[in-house]
Amino acid sequence: MDMDATPRYLSRLALRCATPTLLLGLAACATAPRPLYTWEDFPAQQYVVLVHEGSSTVEDQTRALEAQAEKARATSAALPPGFRAHLGYLYLQAGNPGRARELLLAEKVAFPESGPYMDRLVAKLDAPPAPVSSPSR
Amino acid sequence: MRMQYSEILMAAALLALGGCATPPKTDYTEFLQARPSTILVLPPVNDSPDVKASPAVWSHATRPLAEAGYYVYPAALVDETFHQNGLTTPTDIQQIAPQKLREVFGADAALYLHVSKFGTSYAVITSETRVTVEAKLVDLRTGTVLWSGAATSSSAEGQQNQGGLIGLLVGAVVRQIIGSVSEAGYKYAAVTDDRLLGAPRMNGLLLGPRSATPWQVPAPRQ
Repeated sequence: MDMDATPRYLSRLALRCATPTLLLGLAACATAPRPLYTWEDFPAQQYVVLVHEGSSTVEDQTRALEAQAEKARATSAALPPGFRAHLGYLYLQAGNPGRARELLLAEKVAFPESGPYMDRLVAKLDAPPAPVSSPSR
Repeated sequence: MRMQYSEILMAAALLALGGCATPPKTDYTEFLQARPSTILVLPPVNDSPDVKASPAVWSHATRPLAEAGYYVYPAALVDETFHQNGLTTPTDIQQIAPQKLREVFGADAALYLHVSKFGTSYAVITSETRVTVEAKLVDLRTGTVLWSGAATSSSAEGQQNQGGLIGLLVGAVVRQIIGSVSEAGYKYAAVTDDRLLGAPRMNGLLLGPRSATPWQVPAPRQ
């Protein structure tokens, strides 16, 4: 096998191997998909509720999420799954079941696959208060 | 002509060697048959000493799953539903029969998370924060395990992970909300959940129905 000028040969070979790999790598970066939803502090707001610590008030949390919703409306960005329902939950905590109900139904409109659970939650809101003696589900 | 042939052989050899370390391939048969569109993330069972591990890992799970194209139920409401039914511990909740979960939430699948490591360990010179989570996705219609996986992230990984995502995650507002004590674990829970539940990844969850390319099985990169 005739291989003249070895260093030049190897560097050309390296270039031939590296270039397609490099281009594929860059292409992968360039075509990283745009996020489906706008997240902002929603994960942290969920954490605040789940950790049961009362480090921020329901009013503060509501205000923050309403601001995020307004911004999403203004920029035509999509709010994540569960966002509207979570905000509805906060309104329920604040003693506003009417607004809570609207938001649960809005969650169902945005994500029809959430229907069965949203319907269940709305039914509980709509149900007359249960007598004390009846067993819980 | 002869030189070109040997070039091709060299290139092929280099590519083959590069592909040597591919991990074992996941069997996606059940997953592709089930095609769940909704995922109920159950409260994570926590085996670490930090009580905040479960809410941290739980709250960070929504984003990668939703971005993968699944509907994810609102964790705060799911938590409330279990509470109202007298169920408070993740261990008890993860024992509930799949059919019952399906009946209450209408979910196609449930994600069972287990936190095996969460927190900062202090050695003589260095300290390391690590979050390790295992996961199992179960079809609630059949009780079949569709997928399982595990992921970890650690402060010991080096500077390449310190910028970008982690820097963005803990802004002033968040720091105020979560407090400084659990901050490190909280940050790494996000990275771990992303590695665990993000798609597309080799041996990871498949992209779901709301993604641009649902149910594509990731092929190994050459």
